[in-house]
Amino acid sequence: MIGLAGAGVAGLAATGGALALSRAEQPRPEPVAGFGDAVEFYGVRQAGIVTPAQDRLHFVAFDVITGKKAELLAMLEAWTAAAARMTAGLDAGTIGAVGGIPEAPPDDTGEAIGLPPSGLTLTIGFGPGLFRDATGRDRFGIASKKPEALADLPHFPGDTIDPKISGGDICVQACAHDPQVAVHAVRNLARIGMGVVSVRWSQLGFGRTSSTSTGQVTARNLFGFKDGTANLKAEETQLLDEHLWVRDGDGPAWMTGGSYLVSRKVRMLVETWDRTPLGEQETIIGRTKGSGAPLTGKDEFDEPDFTVKKDDAPVIALDSHVRLAHHSQNQGARMLRRGYNYVDGSDGLGRLDAGLFFISYQRDPHRQFVPVQKALARTDALNEYIRHVSSGVFACPPGLLAADDHWGRVLLS
Amino acid sequence: MRRTPLAVATAASLLLTGCADDAATAPSAGDGKITVAASDTACQVAKAEAAAGTVTFTVANKGAKVTEFYVYATGDRVMGEVENIAPGLSRELIVELTAGRYETACKPGMIGKGIRNGFTVTGSSAPLTEDAKLAQATADYQRYVKSQTGALIEKTTEFVDAVKKGEADKAKALFPVARTYWERIEPVAEIFGDLDPAIDGREDGLEPGQEFTGYHRIEKDLWQTGDISKSGPIADKLLVDVQKIVDLANSTPLSPLQLANGAKELLDEVATGKITGEEDRYSHTDLWDFAANVEGSKAAIAALRPTLEEKDPALVTTLDEKFAAVVASLEKHRAGDGWKLHNTLSEADLKQLSDDINALAEPISKVAGLVAGK
Repeated sequence: MIGLAGAGVAGLAATGGALALSRAEQPRPEPVAGFGDAVEFYGVRQAGIVTPAQDRLHFVAFDVITGKKAELLAMLEAWTAAAARMTAGLDAGTIGAVGGIPEAPPDDTGEAIGLPPSGLTLTIGFGPGLFRDATGRDRFGIASKKPEALADLPHFPGDTIDPKISGGDICVQACAHDPQVAVHAVRNLARIGMGVVSVRWSQLGFGRTSSTSTGQVTARNLFGFKDGTANLKAEETQLLDEHLWVRDGDGPAWMTGGSYLVSRKVRMLVETWDRTPLGEQETIIGRTKGSGAPLTGKDEFDEPDFTVKKDDAPVIALDSHVRLAHHSQNQGARMLRRGYNYVDGSDGLGRLDAGLFFISYQRDPHRQFVPVQKALARTDALNEYIRHVSSGVFACPPGLLAADDHWGRVLLS
Repeated sequence: MRRTPLAVATAASLLLTGCADDAATAPSAGDGKITVAASDTACQVAKAEAAAGTVTFTVANKGAKVTEFYVYATGDRVMGEVENIAPGLSRELIVELTAGRYETACKPGMIGKGIRNGFTVTGSSAPLTEDAKLAQATADYQRYVKSQTGALIEKTTEFVDAVKKGEADKAKALFPVARTYWERIEPVAEIFGDLDPAIDGREDGLEPGQEFTGYHRIEKDLWQTGDISKSGPIADKLLVDVQKIVDLANSTPLSPLQLANGAKELLDEVATGKITGEEDRYSHTDLWDFAANVEGSKAAIAALRPTLEEKDPALVTTLDEKFAAVVASLEKHRAGDGWKLHNTLSEADLKQLSDDINALAEPISKVAGLVAGK
């Protein structure tokens, strides 16, 4: 295990070095220590939110297909046990991938044999459909526990949302430093859930586009720009209490200490973007492409100054992405972003099917994500190069403190 | 030419039926045979109970539809059955029954749960040991294979005859019906390597130089090219191959583990071939195959039921529920005595069926381990 973990770190560092030499002046800092290590599953908060963003994502949304609450609870209990095991680097079931009799199918699918825990986190969220299904039915008698903050997101101008890859009754965000470990976790949960839940849609992400810790370098999205410079960070505990974690009194008690997840799959029309001159790209974003500094500053973390003008025009354009998204322009609304780059093959028209799988966590999506996205959808110069194709909102309860508790217990029982 | 053994058996039953009507009230006179008067709407079984041992039913089809007759133990475990009883004919069912409660069923039109009656067998019988239960399971299932293969030969012969006479409409109607008996026992057929592709292979599965034969070749001729004038030799070969596999199936003993895996494989067949519409891509009659696969899977599990009830009663309950859910979802797509065409189902319909099959197949995959881990 240790050997493998070490190899992983060395490999990544080497890749980083090669990139740094050819593409940037400053060397890339060492990745966060212990890429093979386990992240604790139990805790006051669910892991996978302020946990330093891992490199890989497999996100999955399920429809609940049973009408029986007992079946759903039993599955969530089985999921929790499997999740605790898999995040610790163990097989999904107690018999294991190769520990059983030859006549029976194994209780673990086996593709993670020999791989370290790889920082795997599994974060669960409950969607609006769990409280009332598409026909308005309160299947599990929990409609009265639905938080107002979990109301469906509105339609934003320009949205081209495909319902088949949107929404869902339950989501699981699996993040790890090894994609195989993340996929293994989702696959085993889906298998355990058969008959109770059915995979509605799932999304792989291959490169984090946000840093959620001051120890992490800001990563780049597929437009080649640093993404999430002004993100909330794990170390900013006061800001997290104000913007990220649901407080007592915000809504139903079962969500106190949790957070709301918004997912948006944003297709990037990278081919046309790549033909755009560097200066125009930087004007659209409002930051320089190299260092990520605001056009009014020198370093990445300089605060953008939206008042500075040159030749009577604002240096950071009125329709630039950074201006429209910045908390200073949105009544202080901030989010913790945790998105990933994706490429889902190609689109049959000679173009990569590529983009950003945006994930944000916040105390109330309708006070944070929604106003920001409204502003962006109306005027963002970037809209020419992006299409929002999937959307989801989920309530992620607080963490589990010990193995005698399980996902969904407080909400459903 | 119609195959002689079954024809003779049918004729014999007919003669017997003539005197069996009175015999029902005087068991000693007619060797204790119980008459069953089956029609399209009724199933009159002359007696509701019998003593433990060999019980013989004489089933007369007085209706207008082809019928079937079953004796079920708990959980629809088939203790015995006669398939494909044409209107006006009689058939005998000889079945070994230990003391207990059973159900009889006539299935006019060969669909659904049928018309059920209770049937009690009295007397004493010693409880079976675990090995004896498993031996009983394979014997029960072997009997099921025998009845299915009998009907398979009959219906395939009718199908082949229609093709050779150029009766396309009749052949089209018989195609999914003949395949029903094939699909119910397909894992047994697959044991016999190269015969299965010759009978049931699809065009894209062929190797270079291999000839496209079997049901699906004729399906293509019937539905796609619309020309069966040259299909005679293919049809003849199909019947020869089916007869070969039927002979092999009935002379090869099966193990309990093969039953368990067969039950799972039948659902895998549904999940990979029928949900997608790949199996019957020209006729779109996949739901006939779907239903038959599920029925075959259920029959194999039912044979293993006494063993499973002892080892994991909760699993038996789950399987009962999940089988019922699959059947309920499938029933939404019934059209008359058959099924809607695959290409008329919506994506949501197919997802529902897929979810139900997954919900059943996961617990069924546990059965082999239970049977092996005795």
